[in-house]
Amino acid sequence: MNEVNETQPTESVHGRTFGAPIMEMKNITMRFGGVIAIQDISFDILEGEIRAIIGPNGAGKSSMLNVINGFYHPQEGEIWFGGKKRSPMKPYQIAYQGIARTFQNIALFKGMSTLDNIMTGRFTHMKKGIVSQAIWKGAAEKEEYENREIVEKVIDFLEIQSIRKTEVGKLPYGLQKRVELGRALAAEPKLLLLDEPMAGMNVEEKEDMSRFILDVNDEFGTTVALIEHDMGVVMDIADRVVVMDYGKKIGDDTPENILKNQAVIDAYLGVAHE
Amino acid sequence: MFYREAGDFKTSYKSDQETFPLKLDKVLFWIAMAIAAFVVPFFLNEYWEKAIFLPFFIYALAAIGLNILTGYCGQVSLGTGGFMAVGAYASFKLMTGFPALDMFVVIMIAGLITAGVGVLFGLPSLRIKGFYLAVATLASQFFLVWLFNKWEWTYNYSATGQINSPQRDFLGIVVTGPYTKPWATYLFCLGFLFLFAWIARNLVRGRIGRSWMAIRDMDIAAEIIGVNPLMAKMSAFAISSFFVGVAGALYFAVWLGAAEPTEAFSIDQSFDVLFMIIIGGLGSILGSLIGAAFIVLLPVLFKNVFVGILGIPTDIAEFSQIILVGALIVFFLIKEPHGIVAYWRTLKGKLRLWPFPY
Repeated sequence: MNEVNETQPTESVHGRTFGAPIMEMKNITMRFGGVIAIQDISFDILEGEIRAIIGPNGAGKSSMLNVINGFYHPQEGEIWFGGKKRSPMKPYQIAYQGIARTFQNIALFKGMSTLDNIMTGRFTHMKKGIVSQAIWKGAAEKEEYENREIVEKVIDFLEIQSIRKTEVGKLPYGLQKRVELGRALAAEPKLLLLDEPMAGMNVEEKEDMSRFILDVNDEFGTTVALIEHDMGVVMDIADRVVVMDYGKKIGDDTPENILKNQAVIDAYLGVAHE
Repeated sequence: MFYREAGDFKTSYKSDQETFPLKLDKVLFWIAMAIAAFVVPFFLNEYWEKAIFLPFFIYALAAIGLNILTGYCGQVSLGTGGFMAVGAYASFKLMTGFPALDMFVVIMIAGLITAGVGVLFGLPSLRIKGFYLAVATLASQFFLVWLFNKWEWTYNYSATGQINSPQRDFLGIVVTGPYTKPWATYLFCLGFLFLFAWIARNLVRGRIGRSWMAIRDMDIAAEIIGVNPLMAKMSAFAISSFFVGVAGALYFAVWLGAAEPTEAFSIDQSFDVLFMIIIGGLGSILGSLIGAAFIVLLPVLFKNVFVGILGIPTDIAEFSQIILVGALIVFFLIKEPHGIVAYWRTLKGKLRLWPFPY
């Protein structure tokens, strides 16, 4: 866990350098009644990397993301974020710490336009109180347009200018996924969690989405942690991969080495009974 | 051409987010407001004041309030009548307790008191949703009306159990009591509606309005982007109740002049305001105004056309009106949950492209 320190950036196989761990999970155990969803799992996420979490269905990947952004509170273990131990927090408090996420099943605000959805992503950056908002002219208006500028950058980046004013409930699936990514990006997070960003997409949409994730990581330096089932995508874009199976961690390595890991092969392909 | 966006280019975020994006809209709105403020008062008689304008303004205010809670924040409330009663009784106590207080101040304080009560009855919304919350707010309706019936202090121990609004003024102009001039009460209520519609519009287009809509559409996602559900729901209850309380105070003090809780603030009030926002348009300020106009004017229209012109007996006219409202509500809930205002938007969209829709 402590092999990485701040003075020595770690080298990855791709020749990319990363900073200190932005997030460290230490011996996390999460039980639901008798079911152990996550069992004694530790891993870290380095600043600037793309970290993938993979595993078969029911391995506990989504539970892991829910632990990270505060929907679940693990019974055991510690979560370190930004070099500090994190006390149990509500999800909205964690948003203020700089963690944003998307959901496996799209969780957009269906009655609102694309623009409003992404503007809502700026919530943590907007501070003006109720009185100045009621008056609007002046402080609240200024803040709105400052944030609108950032939102417009996100819209340009994701190439969704044409649907700016469209109600998101009326958009096709692939675009909805993109708007959801936009909403998370608008928060300018330190850590971006993506829960199956490519689920249900065709090859072209997957290529677009992969490009966006790589660009986000590259241009804004955002640390990304993602759950994905498409192995091809994971191998192509991830810097390091955590593999989970039945709530346990069975591998944590670069994509190349993960492919050679016997435990991972067994989990995915099954073990021959002789 | 008439009513087109063509050539109406937006070059700043400010102009892109205006309330009236079309220049024509804006001009028409201000002309209408100027007529309402400077021309109508000269031609106003008591009938138009008491039967049409005051009920419209006051119900519109209540409808905007309920729309903030139900249309924008997604919390169904059936307690509107009860909260209007709180506003009314608060203003009554203030008017009798502090006779020197200006009427504007009285009504604003009454609104604040109602906001507090609204937050109190809004607390269950943190745990329960939808249908169950509606039932919980229904309890507030019955409790509050019961309270104002039983607690004698609230009606100053009067023998009848009624409350009567004494004569009070706004900046020296008499707006309550028996000696009011139609133009004074008309402008007083119009002023309130204008001010509060503007405030509501500002709130819903900014950060706080988006936090309400986020809670309405997907509360889990709202939470992970930083919206505190407690704050969002309680602020919606507070602001909504504030609006409803102001409406209740105006309803009693300026419009009716006297009120008795069981009748004036019955469950029918709650339903009427709910019907207004369903028919007018959930989640729209304009919709609240349209809905209020519709529900207030429909009985007047029925009375004048059916009874006055066609000579149909009053009771038949009244029942057919109830049937019509009921049928319309079913129709809107099934066909157009966004209400009349959605048709207006569609029409506008069509007009934009007319006569070459492709």
